[in-house]
Amino acid sequence: MSQFELRVNGKTHTVDVDADKPLLWVLREDLKLIGTKFGCGVAQCGACTVHIDGQPQRTCVLPVEAATGFEITTIEGLSGKEAEAIQAAWTEIDVPQCGYCQSGQIMSAVALLTETPKPTDADIDAAMTGNICRCATYVKIRQGIKDASQKI
Amino acid sequence: MTTHLTPRNPKLTAEHDVATPGGPASAGSPTIADSMAAAFAAKHAAAPSAAILANPNRRTVLQGAASIGGGLLIGLQLPGKARAESGAAAVIKGNGTAGTFAPNAFVRIAPDSTVTVLIKHIEFGQGTYTGLSTLVADELDADWAQMRAEHAPANDALYKNFAFGLQGTGGSTAIANAHEQMRKAGAAAKAMLVEAAATAWGVPAGEITVSKGQLKHPGSGKVGTFGEFADAAAALTPPSDVKLKTPDQFTLIGTDVPKLDTKSKTTGTATFTLDVVRDGMLTVLLARPPRFGAKPKSVDDTEALKVNGVVDVKTLPRGIAVYAKDFWAAKKGRDALVIEWANEGTEARSSAQLIAEYREKAKSPGLIARNDGDVAGTLDKADRKVEAEYVFPFLAHAPMEPLDYVIEKSQDGKIEVWGGAQFPTADQGAIAQILGVRPEDVTVNTMLAGGSFGRRATPVADIASEAATAFKARGTEPLKIVWTREDDIQNGYYRPLTVHRLAASLDGDGNITAWDETIATQSIVKGTAFEMMMKDGIDPTTVEGAKDLPYNIPNTRVSVHNMEAGIPPLWWRAVGHTHTAYATEVFLDELLEATGKDPVQARLDMLGDKHPRLTGVLTAAAKAADWGSPMPEGRARGVSLHKSFNSYVAQIAEVSEGDEAGIPKVHKMWCAIDCGLAVNPNVIKAQMEGGLGYGLGHALYGEINIDNGTVTEANFDSYRSLRINEMPDVEVVIVPSDEAPTGVGEPATPPAPAAVANAWATLTGKRVRQLPFSRTGDA
Repeated sequence: MSQFELRVNGKTHTVDVDADKPLLWVLREDLKLIGTKFGCGVAQCGACTVHIDGQPQRTCVLPVEAATGFEITTIEGLSGKEAEAIQAAWTEIDVPQCGYCQSGQIMSAVALLTETPKPTDADIDAAMTGNICRCATYVKIRQGIKDASQKI
Repeated sequence: MTTHLTPRNPKLTAEHDVATPGGPASAGSPTIADSMAAAFAAKHAAAPSAAILANPNRRTVLQGAASIGGGLLIGLQLPGKARAESGAAAVIKGNGTAGTFAPNAFVRIAPDSTVTVLIKHIEFGQGTYTGLSTLVADELDADWAQMRAEHAPANDALYKNFAFGLQGTGGSTAIANAHEQMRKAGAAAKAMLVEAAATAWGVPAGEITVSKGQLKHPGSGKVGTFGEFADAAAALTPPSDVKLKTPDQFTLIGTDVPKLDTKSKTTGTATFTLDVVRDGMLTVLLARPPRFGAKPKSVDDTEALKVNGVVDVKTLPRGIAVYAKDFWAAKKGRDALVIEWANEGTEARSSAQLIAEYREKAKSPGLIARNDGDVAGTLDKADRKVEAEYVFPFLAHAPMEPLDYVIEKSQDGKIEVWGGAQFPTADQGAIAQILGVRPEDVTVNTMLAGGSFGRRATPVADIASEAATAFKARGTEPLKIVWTREDDIQNGYYRPLTVHRLAASLDGDGNITAWDETIATQSIVKGTAFEMMMKDGIDPTTVEGAKDLPYNIPNTRVSVHNMEAGIPPLWWRAVGHTHTAYATEVFLDELLEATGKDPVQARLDMLGDKHPRLTGVLTAAAKAADWGSPMPEGRARGVSLHKSFNSYVAQIAEVSEGDEAGIPKVHKMWCAIDCGLAVNPNVIKAQMEGGLGYGLGHALYGEINIDNGTVTEANFDSYRSLRINEMPDVEVVIVPSDEAPTGVGEPATPPAPAAVANAWATLTGKRVRQLPFSRTGDA
């Protein structure tokens, strides 16, 4: 066990964990930020997506020691006009079904709109392909991103 | 886009029709529903602590009470004790204390006027929270903003699924079995609120109106909220009968009310089983055998116990459990185990061997499920005969939330669990039996589940049982069992590998004169609590969608070979329809192509006037797609039509050759559904999109291959899932209907692969006879 300092959602936390413990489990178990989900453990599904210095990253394979020194944002700490637009669009058209992947979907979508406010279909594909939705809510995810894009 | 046409005159039957819903695996006949219930009860009658027989005294009391409503009004006529017990459920989220009006098992009205509906069907994405609450809210004349939903506790008497005879979710039955029950629950609550207001205001009840959660007496100008009269209404006797609205009086049914669970699922605050934390809780991972059913020969846990955070290692019937302070320690501990497995008696074959054996068997007829006319004679005499074989792989459900369960024992010896309980009382009974407590001492908290697709509905309550077994082996701390994705893909239950062999004869005019379909697969229900569903040796879930082929063919035979394999089979979204829809609709298309007939018109011709709902959806889909109109260069369309779970779906797919050889790019799909009264068109549309996406993804990429008894695939890298760039545009048409509502969770899944395969054949001339399109497995 070692101590690591993490910047999460604008606050500094010190955690005492194994250096190889993935950030996902540090967020969920040590910081009680349960909005970020475990889906595959091998960076294939995107359920564990958070922002690290604004970039969407898979946390299930990211050792905590590699996450120090960055600004980490989870679904609980999302803010800004892109986040508001995405969450409003998601609510407006009822994007989620089971909802389990949606934190990850939203983190990827917000990162996309922050970088590319008016994404094309190809931009959406490129940004969202890493996020699996087993309910296949993809039609509504695509629509939600487009609706949000119109409002920012 | 959605084209939604408002039903003209929805006919909601006055009597509850138990015959309507299908079982979790059924073709929707009352026989199946009844026999499932009987089968389950019979099976568990031999196991005294099983849920179905739990607390017979209370059950008898409630059944007696329920009979007042002709078997329907469960919860509306409860004796005082039962009402108090069911009222306890409202305490779950802290609004069930003094002042809460609990008129029946489903409605809780708090002093602040929030209305909480207890949902007897687990919410895992298909929309039960919203759909069932809509039915209550409409009859209650509530404002949608005051509605809340939470899962009902485990209780067969109060919350059974009328299609199964026990509490459970499956077979797309939630709305179908509960719609009238929910409406009556809402109407009864409203009548009592009105009576309370009438007494308080000194006016006749008949002069009080209710709209959007407000009670009004126009004559005196008095107005009030539900909350104001909750206390007074609670003292009243529930009405013995209630009058339901006529469809023209609906205010919420048929509209796109916002889903009740969207906000929490958009902010990361929705709580799934994985998110449950108890004081001192340990995380448990099991090392499971590479071969199904293998037992450990030797276990060396020396290194595992050295892992920081690992607390204990125990050998359980289903594997070696590592108990640790967190997930990562449990995983590292599990990785450090050295286990030798005893494979004696386990399945050692590979998919290729199973397929070869099934193919051989399918060459001759099996147990007869349907036999019209003289199939053999007609085929023998035929001038023109077409034959084809279709092979379907094992498939894993792979719900997004890996399987998990939380269990805790309180100071007084009672057990509390949290899980995605698809059969809550089965979980309760299994846990009680393992831990040697009474079922009523096991409190089941059904959690929002991150998908299921059938996986959480094992007849043996495998996930709950595993949690209980792990708890018993240590007996102290609360535990959370977590399956990794690899566990889920490699150690689960599967849509069984299936072979269909079809033969048909054509006359000189291109009419199909005989149709012979032979199916070789494992039975899903054989050897389970649902075995009594089998009739004449045939599992109805094997033949559903094939046995009831609707086309006018004078000689039709469908037969079955029950194959044995040591790979656990289970219902997988739409169950038998997942292979029967493909085999029948692709083979039919092949016959129509051989005779130069238009796939849409020929289907309509063969349906005649006997299947108006099938012709209705097919016509609607063809119209939406403008079937026959020109397409961009390099594209082709295909159609399919299939009834499942008493809903009717037609789909048309438009495809081109994609970037990957042999895998179509699906540009667009049109989907027409007739599911009776459309309770929430937006939810139906979502289920059509998601359901066809689920079918499409597995048809393109999904395969579980068995090699020497062991699953080859391990995670989403090898068990490939549909991704957003592979999802077509979807246009949904909801065909107006005046029939009672039927299922939408499954019916969009079966036709999708067939529509795509038929389009692909038109485009490329290639009939895909073994799925998936991306097949890597051997045959």
